[in-house]
Amino acid sequence: MPVPAIELENVTKAYDPAKPPAVREVSLAVAQGEVLALVGGSGSGKTTTLKMINRLIEPTSGTIRVLGEEVTAIDPVLLRRSIGYAFQGVGLFPHLSVGDNVAITPRLLGWNADRIRRRIDELLALVDLPPETYRDRLPAELSGGQRQRVGFARALAAEPGAILMDEPFGALDPITRDILQTEFRELQRKLSLSVVIVTHDMTEAVLLADRIAVMHEGELRQLGSPRELLTSPADDYVAQLIETPRRHSDFIESLMHPGVGGEGGAA
Amino acid sequence: MSPRLQLLVEQLPNLLGGHLSLAVPAIFVGVLISVPLGILCVKSAAVRGPVMTLISLVQTVPSIALLAIMVAILGGTIGYRPAFIALLVYSILPIVRNTIVGLDGVDPAMKEAARAVGMRPVQQLLKVELPLAFPVILAGIRTATVWVVGIATLSTPVGAPSLGNYIFSGLQLRDWQRVLFGCVATMTLSLVLDQLIALIETSLQRRRMAMVWGATGALAGLLAVGLAPQLFRTTAVGFAGMAAGTNSSAATVAPADSQPALVGQTITIGAKGFTEQLILTELLAHRIRAAGGTPKTLGNMGSTIVFDALAKNTVDVYVDYTGTLWSTVLKEPEPIQRAAMRVAVAGRLYDEYGIVTLGSLGFENTYALVVKTEEANGRSLRTIADLTPLASRLRIGGDPEFFGRPEWERVRSLYGLTGIEQVGMDSTFMYQAVADGQVDLAAGFSTDGRIDAFHLSVLDDPEEAFPPYDAVLLVSPKAAENRPLIAALQPLMNRISVAAMRNANRSVDEDGLTPMAAADVLQQKLMLRSGGPSRLKAADGQSIRE
Repeated sequence: MPVPAIELENVTKAYDPAKPPAVREVSLAVAQGEVLALVGGSGSGKTTTLKMINRLIEPTSGTIRVLGEEVTAIDPVLLRRSIGYAFQGVGLFPHLSVGDNVAITPRLLGWNADRIRRRIDELLALVDLPPETYRDRLPAELSGGQRQRVGFARALAAEPGAILMDEPFGALDPITRDILQTEFRELQRKLSLSVVIVTHDMTEAVLLADRIAVMHEGELRQLGSPRELLTSPADDYVAQLIETPRRHSDFIESLMHPGVGGEGGAA
Repeated sequence: MSPRLQLLVEQLPNLLGGHLSLAVPAIFVGVLISVPLGILCVKSAAVRGPVMTLISLVQTVPSIALLAIMVAILGGTIGYRPAFIALLVYSILPIVRNTIVGLDGVDPAMKEAARAVGMRPVQQLLKVELPLAFPVILAGIRTATVWVVGIATLSTPVGAPSLGNYIFSGLQLRDWQRVLFGCVATMTLSLVLDQLIALIETSLQRRRMAMVWGATGALAGLLAVGLAPQLFRTTAVGFAGMAAGTNSSAATVAPADSQPALVGQTITIGAKGFTEQLILTELLAHRIRAAGGTPKTLGNMGSTIVFDALAKNTVDVYVDYTGTLWSTVLKEPEPIQRAAMRVAVAGRLYDEYGIVTLGSLGFENTYALVVKTEEANGRSLRTIADLTPLASRLRIGGDPEFFGRPEWERVRSLYGLTGIEQVGMDSTFMYQAVADGQVDLAAGFSTDGRIDAFHLSVLDDPEEAFPPYDAVLLVSPKAAENRPLIAALQPLMNRISVAAMRNANRSVDEDGLTPMAAADVLQQKLMLRSGGPSRLKAADGQSIRE
């Protein structure tokens, strides 16, 4: 069995020793080619957990491994260059063109100009932004959805071993979000990307993730496939969270088939 | 173009060059210092507090005082260096402040993004934080530019030529066209520099690199234009200094009379900021030119600044007055008899500073309390003592410098004028102020042509409270060894009467002659020829040291 893309072992983060830790004793693993969603409300510790993987935040205790290598043994800067990152609110640099934004990490890695140019064009084509049209535009000249595509391209640019995504679809309108989610899933499958995605939206997690890790008050409450969460939630909190997409789905189902009604008896 | 305007335009390259050579390098060096300092402040709270306190404090020092302080800090050095340093200091605050504000204002998400894509701290700063803070930093540079170009006009009184020369001399000569010309030139320069920087900003935003380089090139060109004369001047002074040195040693070897020429030498003439000094400067310049030398004038300097410059050989020659030297330089509280003072001043200036007093020019320019003639007649005011009973109801106008002088203290106590209200004003305005009744009397100068022009009368000083103010020609320790220079200046000794001087002053102040034209008239009146007969006359025991 190949090594997991990302592995957390008893990871704890305490900002203030006097307060309960932001993340407590979290252990989980993301297999290569797998999408894991970290789901929870604000203050659940999901974003802190994500940022500890590329050492934007240093853990207080515990071990984190990326492709089998302990992250504390790697220069944090080199570590970050080896992991793609898609930001909440996209995080494109407004003073750099689309092409330059995508090229940041390859340039930091010292790729030659020719390879970088080919990579930019390849990636922009991959995210459905024709390079000759978009390469030299500034982020301000793009729509929200287009910016998010550039954000993906940038995260993929340096052929990373894993990709971290922090609420990447949060700022988009529902239609654009739906399109991008679908495209992201296709892209992920095609490239067999290992992804950790943070979201507060359980519906999104169910749609995108192979497995879901539910966090609450710094603790990992349950880790399982969407089906496992739906069928056997570990506690009331998980049950409550997973209830939302189920209820939406049932409601829409009842609208589609008004005659059937009832508690999902159509199945 | 009117001849007066033409005269102003002729001076423009020199004064604009002087202004550019101060302002543009000051801003440039200011940016080089301030941006890193601002970055340091943002990165270290321990640096930020003290640095911001210090630069904010310095900024509250009035600019003209800061320039004067720089002269003092540099041990009396005048000219480019104190002015440059003062301007540099002024440029720092807005740039540091805006660098801090700009960097503080960078979205934390952008900083985190820079870390997350794998930038090292220096890369984060250079590739993300500084570019994002750039518009704010540039706004600070523009503020600094406008400040520095404006304040550079105040370099004139510390002996650095600038567009301020128009303003200061215009004020002295009551030539408003000249003042306005200086203002408009300064404002234009300010706007041009500001707009060039703005152009860089907008073209960068629109990513028009050709425009960016064009504007940057124009600024660099101005920097070069500003620096070139400065570098050239530095070497020129160096050469002149060397030339003077070799020349004087040659002169001591060779017989004095066979070396009359000042060819190839630049002689620096200092002047304080009033009409008489401007005319005498031109007169001295005329003599130096006649001997083949190149005169360089540093006008509108403060009293003690020009003296210190002479002691340091920065200025070669200037005219001062015995009473001024007696009280402000030699710090003597009580005046003594006129001839005795001349001898004592000459002796002590040589002993204490190595400055040589070539001799008296022949007239005295003493302080004089002046009142309206009709007022003097109506109230039978003849002497200062007649003011005593009225003192508490009187207002006296005068130069702020005058009210700080020991002789004013003496006059007040000797005549019981303690209750009098003092109104400080530029000496240009005070005669008019008396004539208009804005003040009751003024502390004028006995040679001033405006005393007659405004129908004013001088009150007698029976107690001899005002010390004697013989105009004397002083030369610096180094220039004193320059025999051709001494020979060129000696014909001026004891040749200028009070009447001639007052006339010359009046022709400038009232008739609108330029100081140069007035000096020409004076020169013709004296009918001076090179190496005239007056060399013996000057050696009447008071001045020449052999």
